[in-house]
Amino acid sequence: MSDLLSTVVSAGTFEGNQELRSRSELTAKEVMREVGAVLRMSEADVALLAEVESDPGEDQTMIINMGPQHPSTHGVLRLMLELKGETVLRCKPIIGYLHTGMEKTGESLTFMQGGTNVTRMDYASPLNNELVFSMATEKLLGIDGDIPERAVWMRMLLSEMNRMSSHLLFMASNGMDIGAVSMMLYGWREREEVLRFFQKVTGLRMNHNFIRPGGVAADLPEGWRDDVLEILEMLGPRLEEYDTLMTGQPIWRERLQGVGVITQQEAIALGATGPILRSTGLAWDLRRDMPYLNYKDVDFDVIVGSYGDAFDRYAIRLAEIRESMRIVRQILDKMPGGDFRIQNKKVTPPPRARIDESMEALIHHFKIFTEGFKVPEGEVYVAIESPRGEIGCYIASDGSATPYRMHVRAPSFVNVQALPHMMRGGLVADAVAVISSVDPVLGEVDR
Amino acid sequence: MTTDVLHDCVLGQSHGQSVLFVPKDRYIATLRKLIDDSYTMCVDLTAVDFLTHPGRMLPEAIAPERFEVVVNLLSMRDRTRLRLRTQVSEADASIDSAFDLYPGTEAMEREVFDMFGITFNGHPDLTRILMPEDWDGHPLRKDYSQGRIPVQFKGSAS
Repeated sequence: MSDLLSTVVSAGTFEGNQELRSRSELTAKEVMREVGAVLRMSEADVALLAEVESDPGEDQTMIINMGPQHPSTHGVLRLMLELKGETVLRCKPIIGYLHTGMEKTGESLTFMQGGTNVTRMDYASPLNNELVFSMATEKLLGIDGDIPERAVWMRMLLSEMNRMSSHLLFMASNGMDIGAVSMMLYGWREREEVLRFFQKVTGLRMNHNFIRPGGVAADLPEGWRDDVLEILEMLGPRLEEYDTLMTGQPIWRERLQGVGVITQQEAIALGATGPILRSTGLAWDLRRDMPYLNYKDVDFDVIVGSYGDAFDRYAIRLAEIRESMRIVRQILDKMPGGDFRIQNKKVTPPPRARIDESMEALIHHFKIFTEGFKVPEGEVYVAIESPRGEIGCYIASDGSATPYRMHVRAPSFVNVQALPHMMRGGLVADAVAVISSVDPVLGEVDR
Repeated sequence: MTTDVLHDCVLGQSHGQSVLFVPKDRYIATLRKLIDDSYTMCVDLTAVDFLTHPGRMLPEAIAPERFEVVVNLLSMRDRTRLRLRTQVSEADASIDSAFDLYPGTEAMEREVFDMFGITFNGHPDLTRILMPEDWDGHPLRKDYSQGRIPVQFKGSAS
């Protein structure tokens, strides 16, 4: 292995097998290391794990593929499972089937266009992606403190509505994975109402490119307040229905409780964030602990679990929908008037009416949309709380109109590493419940 | 760039964020000290290829190299973040793996290896993660062209 590694830097070389290998191809030490890699532990730690079966024997185990076309893998996640009977011994997630080089693409798009790229990463919560990209760009420009209040509150409104739609989608997919098919229909139905609101505000149901450096693309439309209130009124009783249908239901509890357990130390070591980390009892939410936008001005609770199992993660997401509704109600009261984007000529294109009367405005408008605006040299990392955990954006700028390097710290990419850990020793039938409870979005995992 | 010193490394500021410039040979040792300083979570690990932008802003004591490995740490106790930037040369594009200290870097280091061809010594399973295993080159390097799909316009001669 080490000989192989020393030659891999040159192009065109085979770089080792990504797949889970059978025990007969491995030495005992390599099995140990592979189990360690699967557990994401060091070799010393693995050796200490007394429960690791030394060697079940080649004829005792079987390696099977789950995915990438498995309906419960949320897209194209592929898991290789080593099974002994119905027990999962080893598991390795294999990703990359949806890799489209978005970080490379991001290097050739201007900061103005970048939103269209990042919004497609986590397609279940596109507005949060745009938000973190815009905030990073604004920090580089040095205008992060000058964003008009209305734009900030609008961003919060959209971010929270997006959290609701994303968690409703989780309710749907989680129900479907576990066999509560009616829940799937209910979840999609409710999410649709939120998407309809997005369509009214941004023009699109997904991939909005609405939150942009400097503010948002347009003001809220007429009657937006009634639309939001309608959604909030509709959602309250519907969430009660979910409780009746699932939370208190013995079959649902049996299916999820004690499945896919992860401890707090493991979650921190693996870098897992969001509902996975909170399910272990650690109240860590960037909205409260490292506030951005105006989250310090609204009142909400950080929901934590106590067992770190799939049921906790389900219950946290359900409760987070309610917390988001609570935040949205406060936003409705606090939404100020004013501008929806910064009036900084460098960043904001002139209004449409000015183009008709001023040649300079026309040129300026054309320049901003063709060349984009130049961003001073520097590098910055900004993180916010997306429905799946900490989404971060690292941008290194060389002073031109395109990012020199744009990296998105995708919460799903890191959270997927927790899968082998949660699955080990469990039943293969629970694997579906575990994948579902992590709620990965593969567009974001593979980018 | 105003500078300070933390664990014998240059500590700079970038837009109000703390950036620690760690020499490659003291990378793991510094991480070990930072864990004791309550930086228990490695949030992100990535790299930048500065091939076409060699004259970037760096503190005077730091000699620029082609690659930079960027690590973002989080202290939940103090609610602070710290960014580590380590220069990695083109001739020896390798660095020690942080896997033993932060097991969560496993996939991130694989991604950097895949995208930049930087080797992480001591990584348990260093293979490509996003690209196919027989892929040529490392896509996020600046000398790797983006590629384009030829567009043939309707009715054009060619």
